[in-house]
Amino acid sequence: MTGLVFLIPIALLMGAAGLAAFFWAMRSGQYEDMDGAAARILIDDDEDAS
Amino acid sequence: MNVAANTPDLRLAPSTDAVLKGSRFTVPGMRCAGCIAKIERELPKIDGVAVARVNFSAKRVAVEHDPSISEDDLTEALLRLGFEAQPIEANPLGLETQERKSLVRALGVAGFGMMNIMLLSVSIWSGAEGSTRDLFHWLSALIAMPVIAYSGRPFFASAWMALKYRRTNMDVPISIGVILATALSLYETITGGGHAYFESAVMLLFFLLAGRALDAEMRTRTRAGIGALLGRMGKSASVIGPDGTTARVAAADLEPGMLVLVAAGEALAADGEVEDGNSAIDNSMLTGESTPEPIGPGSMAHAGAINLGSPFRMRLTRTADDTALAEIARLMDEAGQSRSHYVRIADRASRAYAPVVHTLAALAFVGWMIAGAGWHQSLVIAIAVLIITCPCAMGLAVPTAQVVASGALLKRGLLVKDGSALERLAETDIALFDKTGTLTLGEPRADIASLDAEARSVALGLAQSSRHPLSRGLADALRREGVEAANVDTVEEISGQGINGGWNGLRVALERPDTDATDLATRLIIGDTSHTITFSDPLRPDAAETIAALRGQGIEASILSGDRVQAVEVAAQTLGMTARAQVSPQAKLAALEALRDSGKHPLMVGDGLNDGPALAAAHASIAPGTASDASQQAADAVFIGDRLMPVALAIRVARRTMEIVRQNFAFAIGYNVLAVPLALFGYVTPLIAAIAMSVSSLVVVANSLRLANSAKEPRA
Repeated sequence: MTGLVFLIPIALLMGAAGLAAFFWAMRSGQYEDMDGAAARILIDDDEDAS
Repeated sequence: MNVAANTPDLRLAPSTDAVLKGSRFTVPGMRCAGCIAKIERELPKIDGVAVARVNFSAKRVAVEHDPSISEDDLTEALLRLGFEAQPIEANPLGLETQERKSLVRALGVAGFGMMNIMLLSVSIWSGAEGSTRDLFHWLSALIAMPVIAYSGRPFFASAWMALKYRRTNMDVPISIGVILATALSLYETITGGGHAYFESAVMLLFFLLAGRALDAEMRTRTRAGIGALLGRMGKSASVIGPDGTTARVAAADLEPGMLVLVAAGEALAADGEVEDGNSAIDNSMLTGESTPEPIGPGSMAHAGAINLGSPFRMRLTRTADDTALAEIARLMDEAGQSRSHYVRIADRASRAYAPVVHTLAALAFVGWMIAGAGWHQSLVIAIAVLIITCPCAMGLAVPTAQVVASGALLKRGLLVKDGSALERLAETDIALFDKTGTLTLGEPRADIASLDAEARSVALGLAQSSRHPLSRGLADALRREGVEAANVDTVEEISGQGINGGWNGLRVALERPDTDATDLATRLIIGDTSHTITFSDPLRPDAAETIAALRGQGIEASILSGDRVQAVEVAAQTLGMTARAQVSPQAKLAALEALRDSGKHPLMVGDGLNDGPALAAAHASIAPGTASDASQQAADAVFIGDRLMPVALAIRVARRTMEIVRQNFAFAIGYNVLAVPLALFGYVTPLIAAIAMSVSSLVVVANSLRLANSAKEPRA
């Protein structure tokens, strides 16, 4: 039973960390342009910058 | 936006350390990764433009630039890159995006709460006793209270609104169920009782939020790329003063009687009568027909038309809110309001469902009180009834089916704007088609069968150097046949006359034919020989099939066109439909309203702005992707490409979707019929409630997924 003292806070913390990551992703606009993200991977970056 | 703000840019002109201005444009023409790269790379090369950032899903470009650069300059720059663009309002977050975001956030919180509480609940169900159980109940309560308060807001707010106006909707039983279950569980926790329903309450919210979020996602996804109403109407005009000087005057300040100079390529900002000059105008904004209309002194031109030929002078007759274009926009606005009376199927279901559930729960409470069970146990049972009947599967029944169906249709080239559009499409029982641009392709196709190889290559050599619609139609037709362009030199285009040039020492030209026939034609001259090339606006390749398919579904189709009687008659006979020709926008609207009043559910398919009011008034409406912006905005669905079949497909899939929705409802109700007696007699523990809820939700989702293949080839 003493294991619970550690396990429950750990479980809660991990869940909260996931939730925080999700909120951060939403706020920083990661879900704004899902189709664009799929297309952008095809863009060549090493074209000369001129 | 964020990205742009965080990126300091070095290309900025050194003199400007002033605040950058943000402008946003809608660019419907972006289709590939190359377009993103081109815009993001090329725009910042302009002096004063700091950063351009593309949102591909929304077909938008956000530009951070020096205030000295106007939106018109940027639009022009985008046009030079090959993209038609329109500035849009600065407000970065629409109401709809905000709603969707708060739903997704609530869903995330509910998911977090559900997982953690379920973890604790499983231990309780596995036999945790005494102080451990109490501890777990307390922990559950600590997690559940804030989660319910946060994630339940969309439901509580909507239920409160409904109750305030003495109505009931789906959210009323949900809110009552969740609040009562939470209150009872809290009481159980405090008194050290055996049953707490925290996990059921949170799980209920999670599943329902999933349904809501899907619904909101579908609405925002398909609306992307649809431009602003009246975006193409000219925003200003060059007014010629009495002394002969010209001045730019904004569209709103124009007055009847002013004399205006219309340059080549300019969009008209008001209605008027041509005084001087001959030209051709593109009226497609107003009529959906791209065939240029020749004009000369005395002819009328309307706002929104584009001058394709040479400059002309025009005396304004109607301006600002008085133009034919503004009149149509007003009609559309009014016609669209009748549609808002439509009640979504989910709300119709809950109107019947909610009173039954509440009565049952009340009866359970009263019944057990009479049976002498004590108020505590009676209340527990009444709440168990509420929870088990809470329309969890019902909340998912409609949105899951509609999201899957609209995804399937999207793959076949049909964009459905929202779930209510699918419901209304399924109910249609009569169809009305516009002719030009809807049953036909709406662009001139050249008949090149009579030309030999030499003439073809010369024709392409000439046609490819002009932007006239007939030349472009001819060039398209020739390229499709794999014709190589002849090397024509000294090409010269004379507006209103044609193009000429030299080829192998012979004079070659594409000219206007002498005949005054109504059919569109051009004359190809090579040295001394001449060929006449005629143009026609052919029916879409599968128009007849589509009409037959609609008839097979019990929908009779007819034509309602603003075009000439002869032209409409030909199409009607080919397709075996009844037709009405030369119908004004007002008359189209009246025809639709007459059908509605006679109890029919008309489907309107049209593209021109003259169809706009009819599209808005119809029970459901579909527009082709080539339609005017306003028509696309008024329509429930937009189909892309040359084929008309998506119209029939939309009806078939919409009906199939409603069939699945009804199955889902039948399942949800059937499950309640089984579960409610258990609840009424007090056998429902939190474990059973949780399992029943998940299983019913999964079954509904699985049933909806069957629609993924519904848009494949039609079954016989």
